[in-house]
Amino acid sequence: MLPELAEPPRLRDRMGRTRDRLSGYLRGIRSRGAIGEEDWESIEAALLGADVGVATTTALLQDLRQRVRDGGLRDGDALMSALRQDLCDSLTSAGGAELQFVPGATNVWLFVGVNGVGKTTTIGKVARRQVEEGRSVLLAAGDTFRAAAAEQLGMWAARAEVDVVRGAEGGDPSAVVFDAVQRAAARGNDLVLADTAGRLHTKVNLVEELKKIRRVADRPPGTVTEVLLVLDATTGQNGLIQAQQFLQAVGVTGVVLTKLDGTAKGGIVVAIQRELGLPVKLVGIGEGADDLVPFDAEQFVDALFEDAPIAG
Amino acid sequence: MFESLSERLEGIFGRLRGRGRLSDADLDEALAEIRSALLEADVNLAVVRSFIDGIRAALVGEELSRSLSPGQQVIKAVNQQLIRVLGGEPLRIVHASVPPTVVLLAGLQGSGKTTTSAKLARWFRQQGRQPLLVGADLQRPAAVEQLRVLGRQAEVPVFSEATDPVAVAGAARGEAQRLGRDVVIVDTAGRLTIDAALMDEVRRVSEVVRPDYTFLVIDAMTGQDAVATAEAFHTTLDLDGVILTKLDGDARGGAALSVKGVVGRPIAFASTGERLADFDQFHPDRMANRILGMGDMLSLIEQAEREFDRDVATQGASRLLEGRFTLQDFLAQLQQVKKLGSIGGLLSLLPGVPKELKQANAVVDDRDVARVEAIIRSMTPAERDDPTIVDGARRLRIARGSGTSTQDVNQLLRQFRDAQQLMRSPGMLAGMLGGGGGARGARAARALAGMTGELEGVGGAGGFDLGELGSGMGSLGGVPAARSSAKGGKGKKKKGGRVTPKGGH
Ligand SMILES: Nc1nc2c(ncn2[C@@H]2O[C@H](COP(=O)(O)OP(=O)(O)OP(=O)(O)O)[C@@H](O)[C@H]2O)c(=O)[nH]1
Ligand SMILES: [Mg+2]
Repeated sequence: MLPELAEPPRLRDRMGRTRDRLSGYLRGIRSRGAIGEEDWESIEAALLGADVGVATTTALLQDLRQRVRDGGLRDGDALMSALRQDLCDSLTSAGGAELQFVPGATNVWLFVGVNGVGKTTTIGKVARRQVEEGRSVLLAAGDTFRAAAAEQLGMWAARAEVDVVRGAEGGDPSAVVFDAVQRAAARGNDLVLADTAGRLHTKVNLVEELKKIRRVADRPPGTVTEVLLVLDATTGQNGLIQAQQFLQAVGVTGVVLTKLDGTAKGGIVVAIQRELGLPVKLVGIGEGADDLVPFDAEQFVDALFEDAPIAG
Repeated sequence: MFESLSERLEGIFGRLRGRGRLSDADLDEALAEIRSALLEADVNLAVVRSFIDGIRAALVGEELSRSLSPGQQVIKAVNQQLIRVLGGEPLRIVHASVPPTVVLLAGLQGSGKTTTSAKLARWFRQQGRQPLLVGADLQRPAAVEQLRVLGRQAEVPVFSEATDPVAVAGAARGEAQRLGRDVVIVDTAGRLTIDAALMDEVRRVSEVVRPDYTFLVIDAMTGQDAVATAEAFHTTLDLDGVILTKLDGDARGGAALSVKGVVGRPIAFASTGERLADFDQFHPDRMANRILGMGDMLSLIEQAEREFDRDVATQGASRLLEGRFTLQDFLAQLQQVKKLGSIGGLLSLLPGVPKELKQANAVVDDRDVARVEAIIRSMTPAERDDPTIVDGARRLRIARGSGTSTQDVNQLLRQFRDAQQLMRSPGMLAGMLGGGGGARGARAARALAGMTGELEGVGGAGGFDLGELGSGMGSLGGVPAARSSAKGGKGKKKKGGRVTPKGGH
């Protein structure tokens, strides 16, 4: 029997540990009648400091400046609201946070990303949540490379009380995923969560290996319904390149943003959504089995501005 | 996606060139570009500000210089400032007068502490020390198991107990003395800086183990948060230095600048791949070059010289030239590369290597090489000498023995045959030796390299000549020439690709 699942923690609760330290300056802008150059600089600093990136920040601010010039935004409050709205729009334009699942099929959700971002942990959490939702889950230990990776996944499988299909260490990861799909179909599991070894997007052969895993997973009876790019919130501008490369290689369907319980803001996902149209679907907010929540754009944006650096 | 810092700066300098001295407007424009480039390289905003101020100060003072063009003036100032911020001399480890010397590693989750512990252990072993690895990460599932596997690869004992991190750390010195180990490396669980309880725990770990060196392990892909993280760990643990990981990716690594800028402690080591050998002391001047996109060729040469067995390489090369190159020779070359560390890591350090080539180079990776190695190892000497005798039954046996598929075996044999054929054909050698010319040579190199991936003429059996590489370095002062591996068809010395550190080979 699974232990009672705690009420899912709200993103704001976990991210908002520093909430009351919302940059006084930014809050001050809201009550400003006229918008000065310092205000623009503060907003810019907030966005850059949250890893939104130079290009995206410049684009957002240019548009807002134009609207201020055109008289559409008359004061600080209107400006901050418009900025918040723009960010939320960017973050939701790519679609919602729901995870695709085809009833009656052997769904495969593939977790990909660079080293150490939280793929295995996220699978543990997702497994738990999906079991709660009544799905019959099987894990595939597709990381045959990193030392003790399968053991790690095995421990998560035990926590979620699901089975895990393992292969030989150093063996072919797509064979493991193939095995898992076969077994899932035979046993009537409707969801396979496939772990993969962390890999830098620059390593072409490893990316090829990933493509193969995806192809194999998609072979009947399996059907790949989600390819989730796991991204660490501390990641800077390289995150956009990661997303681009993984998208191109294996058709990423969404992003899981992990470690948002820390001080990092994860603003690169704004660029990822704007440039690549990839929605963030899940957010990791801790190391526990329950520390995973659906992405909520408004909460995310509010957190972006918390504790923002001051322009100087 | 983003131009490298050096490309950006070159763009500015191109525009500035030939316009006499730096005007205020020029300076502002250049500084604005430098600012965005640094931000795109993930240098922290606050650090960028003081960095830019420093450059401005330097340039204003130098405005009267007549010897340099404006472009040269700016690049010199940027480079000097980068080196100044990144720190002077590399950190020198001074061992405790009464052993063991204790090293404590801390950092965020997923930054690479466990792998780094093992790499550091291997590094100390190479310095003639006898390290002990201590697993004090009792938090992440299977972290200690991971450390044990890595410890076996590094041939270093691992100590841990299923008690609590402080207790494990407390027992570490005694354990080292008991085992006669003179260096202790403590791996701790990843933790967030705002997690007060865990920060307190790592402080207590530090108190009981009394480290001689405390290093923050930080991912080179880290963005703006690097500063907050470094500050918090520094406050709690009084860091002695920083270890930068995952530098084999394409992140510019601006976090290095950020962290150094705020903590003021040296970046001690840099990690450039998944293999234990992909690790070395950090050289600030070279990192400046990397951030500027000029590569880190000195590190490359040092690493190569330390690990490379010239005789084996030369022998393989001469056999290649004689057309007698067998799978056995190929295996010997693979072993070479295995010692060398990842080619991807190495090549990423090279200046002026064109983007396409870096991509091609990235093709060769540890795991593929491992597969190739496993296949050749599962072949009999006769089969290695003459792969044509491999029939269906043998193929199956080899596949089974190597944990691969018969397709994998087929692919390797086919590629090897193609490569051999190409090598025998006239003109091939001219192509390979002719300095990056002949399409044939390139094709042969590619065919050979294809055995470990689809690498094009780099680091694969097509080979690159380390000696030549070294001698060419002198001319590389920022010249974006596509030398080195682009001409890697040279068949004199050769090696295979990359090899995984997986145990059991
Ligand atoms: N605080 C926090 N830690 C997390 C979160 N997600 C994962 N982690 C931690 O990050 C570290 C790395 O997580 P893993 O799940 O092993 O990451 P991975 O991507 O599978 O790593 P590799 O397989 O080695 O590439 C572990 O210590 C996890 O506990 C999160 O949302 N918040
Ligand atoms: Mg993993």
